[in-house]
Amino acid sequence: MGNDASGGESDADLTQNDGQRFGRLPATADERTVEGRVSREAVVDYFADRFGIPPETFDEYTFWEKGAGKIWIYAGSAPSPIAIEAIGMTCLRTRQEHWKPTTDFVQRFGREAEECVIELEPEEGRAFAAGEDQELERWEGDWGYLIAAHDIAGELEPIGVGLYVHGELRSMVPKGRQREL
Amino acid sequence: MEPLERYRPIVDDFEAFLAACERSLGNAVRVNTIKASVDRATAALKADGVGYEEADWNPRVLRLETDSPGSTWASFHGFTHGQEEVSAVPATVLDPEPGERVWDCCAAPGGKATQLAALMDDRGTVVANDSNLGRISALRFNAERLGATSLAVTNDDARNYSLERFDFDEFDRSLVDAPCSCEGTIRKNPDALDGWSEGYLDEVSGIQKGILGRAVQATREGGTVVYSTCTFAPEENEAVVQHALNKEDCRVVDFDLDLEHSPGLTEWDGQEYDERLERAARIYPHQNDTGGFFVAKLEVTA
Repeated sequence: MGNDASGGESDADLTQNDGQRFGRLPATADERTVEGRVSREAVVDYFADRFGIPPETFDEYTFWEKGAGKIWIYAGSAPSPIAIEAIGMTCLRTRQEHWKPTTDFVQRFGREAEECVIELEPEEGRAFAAGEDQELERWEGDWGYLIAAHDIAGELEPIGVGLYVHGELRSMVPKGRQREL
Repeated sequence: MEPLERYRPIVDDFEAFLAACERSLGNAVRVNTIKASVDRATAALKADGVGYEEADWNPRVLRLETDSPGSTWASFHGFTHGQEEVSAVPATVLDPEPGERVWDCCAAPGGKATQLAALMDDRGTVVANDSNLGRISALRFNAERLGATSLAVTNDDARNYSLERFDFDEFDRSLVDAPCSCEGTIRKNPDALDGWSEGYLDEVSGIQKGILGRAVQATREGGTVVYSTCTFAPEENEAVVQHALNKEDCRVVDFDLDLEHSPGLTEWDGQEYDERLERAARIYPHQNDTGGFFVAKLEVTA
């Protein structure tokens, strides 16, 4: 999915990705000018296919790549390319077999998700926020990256991204974001 | 507290001022409306068993009854951000609107830049700049935790800031929350006055003048610039604004602030300032049981 090279141009016409600056994602794979860069369409489709987040959620946002496969979501105005420290927030890691959303992205946009959301009990939620892996046999959905959520004051709230394999939910909450609650 | 003696002539009820400066400050948070409404954030605090009191002047500012405001679900979800009550003032005075282009000249660690984004419903562009690369990581961390998608983070000296990298050539509004001697943070940082000297005031006020001047130049005609510090020294406050009035196309304008405060000074140490500087606000710790702060609002006139 991240390596869809079916563009109108051959790879020889594509420039190499410059990891030091932000480049805006092309609308579709056909408009790609940078080798290996995913398209906006592929990113929006991924969030819809994997998590059921409606594509129109992202109508007012642009997507950017800096580094190898790190995708950022931005609401503001900027030319492409642009060499600055940050543009909006990181949302997704591509250029690897299984794309991986960020903790902060699912906290910001994950309320829109309708699939691959695993609801955690209070103790499980605390363990997840602390970065702990845990056995959770009850999940019968897809394996891979899930949105872990819990009830807070009567509403479901996404906590972060978990990797579910072999009956275990591994917390992907980055070290600096982990908390003992 | 010795350096504060010089403010005896300008502070009403100076003994109450000194007594307040010696009391430590409680924990305040700002509700991050990018991720949660005030109702949702306070419901999360209640569910955590954390008591709070809403600030009278701003329902988005809460005084928490806990010693560890960072260890709540509300904080983990980015519903709240630890921010001293008065440091939530300048963004509300700048009063940005959704879709605008706004510059936060000295943005790290990002409390005010993310507040600007929240006031704009996270629509538009907040250029969050800081000259200190080491502090940029804290700014980025806070921006992501708070879900601010409208921030563009840059690492440059604000005094000669170039907009060439962007696809626009002026800002609608700019916030200059300047580096300062931080006298007003004494209740949070008891050693804030340790290195105090008049020489430092000279040095830092030169930087402040440079940043404010550039901010006025980079803001469109009719646009707004807010200048703020967390210090009492008139050399870093009214004198800096006066310098901008002399050198740049701008004027001091009124603003509403529902916190008790004193007017800006028109005279200090033999220097006279524009009488419109009375429209600036000096917030002293004993007036609202907060830290100390200075805020002035400028309109760009050409």
